[in-house]
Amino acid sequence: MSDTPDTPGVPEPPPEPPAETESGPKVGVDSWVASHEGRTQRGPLGWLAHGWESTPDWIKLLAFVAIAASLPYWLLRSEGDLFNFGLYTLLFVGFGLGLNVVVGYAGLLDLGYVAFLGIGSYTYALLSSPYYGIHWPAEAVIPIAMLAATIPAAILGFSARRLLGDYLAIVTLFFAEAFVVFTNVANPVLFGKGLTGGANGIPQVDPLTFFGYKISSTKQEYFFLIGAVAVVAGALYLANQSRTGRAWRASREDPLAAEVMSMPVNRLKILAFIFSSAVAGLFGAIFAAILTAAVSTQFGIPFLITIYAVIILGGLGSIAGVFVGAILINCTFVFLEPQTDHPGFKRWLFYGAIIVLVALLKPWYKAVVVFVGTIATGFVAHAVVQAWGGSAWTGGKTINGASWLSHWVIIPKTSHGNFDNILYIGLVVAMVVVMMLKGWWRIIALGPTLYLTAVVWENVLSENPGVTALILFGAMLVGLMIKRPQGLLGQARVEIV
Amino acid sequence: MAAVPEPTSPTPLLELNGLSMSFGGLKVIDNLDLVVNQGEIVSVIGPNGAGKTTLFNLITGIYRPEAGQIRLGGESLVGLSPHKINKAGVARTFQTLRLFLNMSVIENVMASQYGRTKVDVVRAMLRTPGMRREEKAIRRQAEEKLSFFGQRLMGYRWNQPAYSLSYANRRRLEIARAMATEPRILLLDEPAAGMNPTETHEITELIGQLRDDGGYTILLIEHDMHVVEGISDRVVALDHGVKIAEGSFEAVATDPRVVEAYLGTKAASTK
Repeated sequence: MSDTPDTPGVPEPPPEPPAETESGPKVGVDSWVASHEGRTQRGPLGWLAHGWESTPDWIKLLAFVAIAASLPYWLLRSEGDLFNFGLYTLLFVGFGLGLNVVVGYAGLLDLGYVAFLGIGSYTYALLSSPYYGIHWPAEAVIPIAMLAATIPAAILGFSARRLLGDYLAIVTLFFAEAFVVFTNVANPVLFGKGLTGGANGIPQVDPLTFFGYKISSTKQEYFFLIGAVAVVAGALYLANQSRTGRAWRASREDPLAAEVMSMPVNRLKILAFIFSSAVAGLFGAIFAAILTAAVSTQFGIPFLITIYAVIILGGLGSIAGVFVGAILINCTFVFLEPQTDHPGFKRWLFYGAIIVLVALLKPWYKAVVVFVGTIATGFVAHAVVQAWGGSAWTGGKTINGASWLSHWVIIPKTSHGNFDNILYIGLVVAMVVVMMLKGWWRIIALGPTLYLTAVVWENVLSENPGVTALILFGAMLVGLMIKRPQGLLGQARVEIV
Repeated sequence: MAAVPEPTSPTPLLELNGLSMSFGGLKVIDNLDLVVNQGEIVSVIGPNGAGKTTLFNLITGIYRPEAGQIRLGGESLVGLSPHKINKAGVARTFQTLRLFLNMSVIENVMASQYGRTKVDVVRAMLRTPGMRREEKAIRRQAEEKLSFFGQRLMGYRWNQPAYSLSYANRRRLEIARAMATEPRILLLDEPAAGMNPTETHEITELIGQLRDDGGYTILLIEHDMHVVEGISDRVVALDHGVKIAEGSFEAVATDPRVVEAYLGTKAASTK
């Protein structure tokens, strides 16, 4: 460096810092690294993220077990709640954990996953029910069910080891469909009976019995499932933290580089398939025992979509994400179902969600405009319809605890031809229009659109819980894709840099 | 340039004999012979499309040669799958950078040790003492390889995702990842591409250190002639898959065929 500090006109360079202190830029010293403490995220969200990240993972699992174990004593007191909210959520956690291995860790789009659940389920049902008169205990049947699921998985993985992306998806989807057709239609005769029981499936499956201890009440099943889910989550976590887990993730990131860096990618893929199907076999067997039946139509495409929704919502590759996704998805399902325990709950959930979403609009006066617009549209529309069509068009159902709602939402007393369908199409059109509008026009159009949403909700959606659940999952996933593509607890991923 | 002591009897480590490869009738590598001796740094130069990266892909088993032999320490590598070739002792970096972008920096270097470690996944789930020991060794090896680059890949960088690294740091991480497989020969595909002059100077010194301190034999593709001049024991020039010159940097750089390959016939004749 032949700098001449005496040159007139040129500002004097700052004095060289002494070589001992690390403050100046030096070759091999990175000032970005040295100052990273000053760049961490601040505010409550930053603290929350920091707290979550700095908590050891085994403490998170323990906390989950403790909270879950306490639920039957305060939140899920009734038998029905414990079954619908508790048991089913845990089952979905189990299903999601298995799928997460092959999709989240190894990055293979496996659409045949439900078939492995089905195989586990049928294996348990055949070996532990009056169907063939075999009543083996669970400690023997569950390992057999896991093995029975891994054998076809290994074959499928072996034949599909060179397939990538779309091709693998189609082959595995074919496998899933073949399973349903096999159990439902083929039903080969074995020992004088159809092996899979055809469309009726296999009824009257035994409850889980371990070494003579029978797990039959909902509460027992619930506690057993907490244990099973915690053990499997822990085992998969440890597998993921090992050299095999790293190799799975490396081959997901870049199969060619992984292969060149000494990882046998094809063998690792098959191993991921085997792991995932073993977990599926386990929870499939438990599923059959809890439902006391194995029915093939259960293991169809909607079931597959639901399990995928669980792991995508929670964040691919994140075990904690599977838990969060299962809770969200299953509770949405249960709230939508017509139930006697909590009438009207889903309505408050629906309106609550809309109010929260609108309140998030910035600046605040836009939110106010939308609220006022929505409410005003309602009363105007209601008054107009009442004047024209009378109470036949408006006095549909009385809404408990919210009588003003029935003066606001238009609910016809009897069905009027294609009224429902027209409403539905109108809502879709209105949403497209809102998307296309800009600025204040969009804010103004949002009011009537939200009102239309409420009308469609009361007339169509809340009456058809199954369809609504799928629409809601779709909306959730689309929203997630836009706001947080990595899922709620997933690691932000970068595909192209 | 560091004076390299003349090896008394060079032991060939990597030998290529009559290697040929073509894509759809176009000869990309044509009857190529090449020897890299133990402890040598050999640079491969040539204009774009000369077949340099294809040569690396052939050695590492990504392509299978149509004819010819590849031997490492006397053992044939032809027909082995890439992960076996790596185990045999060949590691490489990629010109286009193929890091495991969504894994952390240290995990990138830990993952590449798969082939030289043993613990299976069942023992991993049980966290046996042997597994813990091996895991510690993997981590130590990764930290050691990362520390080769001064403080550039140290400290909190270990737990940063690889995509957060700068271009130059990614190149360094690729080298660290390849080193962690404990190869006998290191193939570096344009290690200085995309680096500024200071960084280029640093990487040149570093490649020298890799050989002198790390004991690696190095085969290098590089366009930056400062790097090639600075460290090569021997330079090989390729054009259209054919070796057109071989020898010291001075000899190859002034070879009329090399000048012609880079600049065209006219330029060569007017020179």
